[in-house]
Amino acid sequence: MARAGNYLALVPFHGYVGLFLILPTLIVAVGAFTTAGGSLTLDNVSSVFTSSVFLDAFVKSIQLAVITAIAGAIFGGLLAWAVARGNPNGLLRQFVIAASGVLAQFGGVMLAFAFLATFGFSGLVTVFIKNQLGVVLDMSWLYTLTGLAVVYTYFQIPLMLIVFLPSLDGMRQEWYDASASLGGGSWAFWRYVGGPILAPSFLGAVLLLFTNAFSAYATAAALISQGCPIITLEIGCQMQSEIVLGQENVGKALALGMIVIVSAVMAVYALIQRRASRWAQ
Amino acid sequence: MSVASPSPAATGHGVAVAFEDMHRWYGSVHALRGLSLEIAPGELIALLGPSGCGKTTALRALGGLDEVDQGRILVGGKDMTRVPANKRNMGIVFQAYSLFPNMTARDNVAYGLRLRGVDGAKRKKKAEETLELVGLGAQASRYPHQMSGGQQQRVALARALAIEPSVLLLDEPLSALDAKVRRQLREEIRRIQIMVGITTLFVTHDQEEALAMGDRVGVMSAGRLEQIAAPAELYDRPATKFVAEFVGLTNRIPGRTDGSDVEVLGTRVPLLPGATDRGAVQVLVRPENVRLAAADGGTGRVLAVSFLGSLCRAQVALPDETIVVAQMSATESAGLYPGATVNVSVVPAPVFAVAE
Repeated sequence: MARAGNYLALVPFHGYVGLFLILPTLIVAVGAFTTAGGSLTLDNVSSVFTSSVFLDAFVKSIQLAVITAIAGAIFGGLLAWAVARGNPNGLLRQFVIAASGVLAQFGGVMLAFAFLATFGFSGLVTVFIKNQLGVVLDMSWLYTLTGLAVVYTYFQIPLMLIVFLPSLDGMRQEWYDASASLGGGSWAFWRYVGGPILAPSFLGAVLLLFTNAFSAYATAAALISQGCPIITLEIGCQMQSEIVLGQENVGKALALGMIVIVSAVMAVYALIQRRASRWAQ
Repeated sequence: MSVASPSPAATGHGVAVAFEDMHRWYGSVHALRGLSLEIAPGELIALLGPSGCGKTTALRALGGLDEVDQGRILVGGKDMTRVPANKRNMGIVFQAYSLFPNMTARDNVAYGLRLRGVDGAKRKKKAEETLELVGLGAQASRYPHQMSGGQQQRVALARALAIEPSVLLLDEPLSALDAKVRRQLREEIRRIQIMVGITTLFVTHDQEEALAMGDRVGVMSAGRLEQIAAPAELYDRPATKFVAEFVGLTNRIPGRTDGSDVEVLGTRVPLLPGATDRGAVQVLVRPENVRLAAADGGTGRVLAVSFLGSLCRAQVALPDETIVVAQMSATESAGLYPGATVNVSVVPAPVFAVAE
């Protein structure tokens, strides 16, 4: 009876997962292997591997995700470290955490617009420097992958803080003191104790940042108007193209490729967690 | 207050430790106020006191985990005041949660040896021997979260001992454990400490623990050492009002003194040095020094009787409404029940008295 009750309680969750995860995945998977007419084909998937445009989009997406994940992890990790070392009940800590919570979600068109309005060709800062200093800045980089990396890092840093701070808060002064009393300096502590304890959550956070950047669409769509340099934009191009019609299932093949990459990342994450679970409480 | 150590209590090879006029401020809080103390080689000193009295500050200063603003710390005659914690060779057992969660019990114990460059095989052997010493040889491959609180603290003790420290520091190591495990582990710690013969500073707020384990017990209050003495002396001959009231249960019974003794409940009792010796006083009398005799028309009225196994404790109201607690053996308590009338007297053992 209790088991049946437990199962019933999980129905909404299973319904949600089925509707918004499994069903879309199935649609993508089926679409990737069928033509617009519904017959089986490998052409869509093979085009992912043979088209230099698609491969280039995948490579650039992965590069973008790796770079912004690392940048976000480093700067966000340092920020989290500074917050963790501060007063646990301090106003500054509460402010930084609250601000990070907002900024981590401040993506999409809003973020792109904020950057364009500030640093774009006619942005506030660009115009101010031009008027006050007579210097005309070349801000064209903002509309390229470099600009995209900067804009992505803007929400990756606070996301890293939110995800990684609880792990830092969990570090105990007693561990450091015990290590010191046993003869260990800072290096020994971080090498044998602090590093291994934090590594799973740090790597987990980096992987989360990777998938966050890898799957981002709206920010890039709003910022980059020329071409489809990354895979999410490329999928959009395939789905919405008014030049070459009937490419929706190629877009689904590209999306399937994304699912495979994200699954691989999740597998690595699961391995890390499994290793840590030997000793994690 | 400076107190020299008596002859070593244990027959080990520990080193002498001395605190000389130690002061420590945290902002405006004066945590240590001229603490001076000598610990003999192999001796176990228990520092006892309420929260915030400075006992943990003293321990952390000795371990190098906290600085002192003034004064010196000598270990084996060598000034260690400014030596960093990782160069002091002291083993510390903390209150709880100090085991490295990513290491097995064996690796935790071997950690200090690894830092000393001991090779793998020797390290493993020594770690397992030390775990045997604390009765955990079979648990060497377990991670901390797979062990009980008592087992974790034994591993922490083994880890502290494995490096053969010059001094062992115990920072309330039993306070997170349940009562039964506490008793077992404190006896075990004491056994091992005597066996190894290591000089030990043990900090606790639990007087039973301090009195049971310490060769001498130091009572601290507001950064000062109020008294340090053997447990029995501390209990029977408190030197200050704070010690008299803090250590053990104490009744406050009105009395009158005019010199070296005091009259309390009709009995003249000698006063301890330092006690107030003029006029009306509150006499601090231990419950075991209160005598009850069931008598119709007695001046005391029994309010409650508590049986504590072999002992019995009775609360009695005196005619002036003073409540007195008496402690006796269970057999002596026959005839005592709530509402019974009794005659109350005190044993003429030396007492401390404070002004009313």
